[in-house]
Amino acid sequence: MNGDYSSPQDLAWKCRKCNINLIVGPATLTYMGNRMTANLSQCPICGYVLISEELALGKMAEVEQVLEDK
Amino acid sequence: MDQKELRLLENQCIQEEPPECMAACPIHLDVRVFVGQMARGAFHEAWKVLRKTMPFPGILGRICDAPCRDHCKRTKAGQAIEIGLLERACVTTSVPKQRILALPKKEKRIAIVGSDLDSLTAAWDLSRKGYGITLFESGEQLGRSLLAMPEAILPRDVVAKEILDLDELGVEIRLNSPIHDKFFLAYLHRGFDALYLGQGDIAELRDEDNGIFACGSSQHGGAGSPVWQAAEGRWAATSMDRYLQKVSLTAGREKDGPYPTKLYTRTDGVIPLPTVQPLDQVQGYTQDEAIREAGRCLQCQCLECVKVCAYLKHFGGYPKKYAREIYNNDSIVMGSRQANKLINSCSLCGLCEAVCPEDFAMQTLCIEARRDMVQKGKMPPSAHEFALLDMAFSNSEQFAMVRHEPGHKASTSVFFPGCQLSASAPAMVKRAYAHLRQIIPGGVGLMLGCCNAPASWAGQEDRFQTEFSGLRDQWISLGRPDIILACSTCYQIFQTYLPEAKIKSLWQVLDEKGLPGDLSVKHGAVPLTVHDPCTTRHEPETQQNVRNLLRRLGQPYEELELGRNHTECCGFGGLMQNANPDLAKTVVQRLSGQSSADYLTYCAGCRDNLAASGKRAVYILDLIFPDTAMPDPGSRKRPGWSLRQENRIRLKDELLNELWREGSRKMADTRADDHEKIILNISPEVQQTLEDRRILIPDIQKVIHHAESTGEALFHPATGHYMTAFKPYKATFWVEYSVSACGFTLHNAYSHRMEVAGKGQP
Repeated sequence: MNGDYSSPQDLAWKCRKCNINLIVGPATLTYMGNRMTANLSQCPICGYVLISEELALGKMAEVEQVLEDK
Repeated sequence: MDQKELRLLENQCIQEEPPECMAACPIHLDVRVFVGQMARGAFHEAWKVLRKTMPFPGILGRICDAPCRDHCKRTKAGQAIEIGLLERACVTTSVPKQRILALPKKEKRIAIVGSDLDSLTAAWDLSRKGYGITLFESGEQLGRSLLAMPEAILPRDVVAKEILDLDELGVEIRLNSPIHDKFFLAYLHRGFDALYLGQGDIAELRDEDNGIFACGSSQHGGAGSPVWQAAEGRWAATSMDRYLQKVSLTAGREKDGPYPTKLYTRTDGVIPLPTVQPLDQVQGYTQDEAIREAGRCLQCQCLECVKVCAYLKHFGGYPKKYAREIYNNDSIVMGSRQANKLINSCSLCGLCEAVCPEDFAMQTLCIEARRDMVQKGKMPPSAHEFALLDMAFSNSEQFAMVRHEPGHKASTSVFFPGCQLSASAPAMVKRAYAHLRQIIPGGVGLMLGCCNAPASWAGQEDRFQTEFSGLRDQWISLGRPDIILACSTCYQIFQTYLPEAKIKSLWQVLDEKGLPGDLSVKHGAVPLTVHDPCTTRHEPETQQNVRNLLRRLGQPYEELELGRNHTECCGFGGLMQNANPDLAKTVVQRLSGQSSADYLTYCAGCRDNLAASGKRAVYILDLIFPDTAMPDPGSRKRPGWSLRQENRIRLKDELLNELWREGSRKMADTRADDHEKIILNISPEVQQTLEDRRILIPDIQKVIHHAESTGEALFHPATGHYMTAFKPYKATFWVEYSVSACGFTLHNAYSHRMEVAGKGQP
């Protein structure tokens, strides 16, 4: 699921710990021994990555299903 | 499953068996497809169907005597389809000339004697196979017997035109041949590689070992029947082809002529319709008449199982296809296993087997495939996880317990109410247990827990055996008492895996030993419709016990068309609800729609599933132990996933306190874990989201507790909401919440299984 999965709404969130706006950057996703890189909204300091509802229930769920059926 | 097992399974499903008409046709015309095209008014398409099998369709289509007619299933509801008249209606419609396809020419040469339909058919078949054919006729014209037919039935120009096709195939025609001259026969024998002797006296000279074939050599009857004649020619052509290729003349030819078919087609309920009579008896049907007559065709097929099962229907096929798909799913090396969903969606209810004329058991196929997938590590991890976690919960200290009856040191019986009744209606468990203690002497113990059916349904045999042996140990620790089961799934599991125990359903016990004396609430005269749980399919006594109880309660009831051994699953069985929640909804809606009356059932899982679908459903204990606080038990909502666990915790807690006077961890005050102290405000909308997404309150509490104790969260300045994630086990839960006057307000929650690798991530 390589690609850009951040949305403008995601960037309205701030990291509570670091008190800083999220930025879009690469993050690594893993499932069942597979690794993928995607551009996701995250804290530029601590790296806390936001997985939005749309992403979790949409593309991510789809990819999970594909990998589970491999 | 190996290839051999697959073949056996495939043969057990009869959906692809030919219909009676096609099996009875000497040349096996695909009558069903032909009539289907006629019914659509697609005469050209219908003609193509004829042409695929029928030699000289312009001739045979006009004079076919349709022996298939006697086998037509329509006779069970009206009269047989007039297939012969339909053939005639088709071939008298003008059709475009089609190119005749033939195989490349072969060296071998064949002589064919005679020009009746058998000889013409043999010439037609063999020339298309590439043999060089010479046709010898004693008269001055080909097809004398055809030309002798009434012009209105078979016009001479049609015969001439059809026979021209032989020219196109390069068949050499010799008229005025001295075919009765014995020297001529010897000449043919010398000059050709094989001979065919058509109808007539010389057919007696047959000598197949020396390449002389003749009409009637296959010992079939049917003299005077045009389609039998054509078939005789066709079988002879097959024999000659085999003779010239030096292969067995007889192997694999059992189905050359008419044969019995296993296809089953139910005709009860079909509205009888008489034959459409053609206005013009000589010319036969007009197009319109033909379409109407063809429209009476039942288009015979079986699909008995698919008709009654939303699951089998959902995947668009039937067991034979599914067996192949499941076999392929197992043999795949690379790529996607496309039948996983098919395998995991079956409710394992066994209705298919009960209605199948050949006892095809889809549930056996699916459960074996699941066990295989688990063993090979190919079971999708998410398929059954939620149910297995719930099972683990039921078997944990939070719910599981085993005790002799208070004040007793032994048990003659033990009550095992199961996990779903305890989740759905814990108060009923208490009342039933109290009543059992009254009516059964010698001590009635209590065992709370899950029978571990979810592990069995998930194909996790090892886990099932381990967990179930724990139950067996508990039973032994009580002194091997008789087991009283409220749930028919538990009954099935104990019956199969603990055969040494004497088991009874709660309904049998109540039927035999009596109901509570004071049935203060009298039940109305409005009949309830009985829904039998699918796990009672093979338990007619249990089904009868329940009906006996209803009678004693004065509760009138009605039967479902699909009841007793043909009962349908509610969508709970086989973990269908986990693997395919949308399909489970379709299944329960189908069941709900079978009667407009309120349902009465004796499985808590069925009751709650029906209630969740909007169906009014009463659980039998609602009638036996009426609750004054719940005057309309049919309207009781299904408790959500979290409440189902909460109910089980509370049941154990209260029982330990009230009956055994054992101090327990009290629900509200002395919660063991910090996260349980988190108070949540949840709107009905968000509650529904949690239900749909199967997210439990304790998990939400864990996520918020984690965020509040570590500070790991996101903050939305405009709304003041927090968003945070935590992974208590395999799934990551995201929770959007805000701080409220007392506790936290939940705004949203969702989960995913993929992991984010990086710093600061759960």
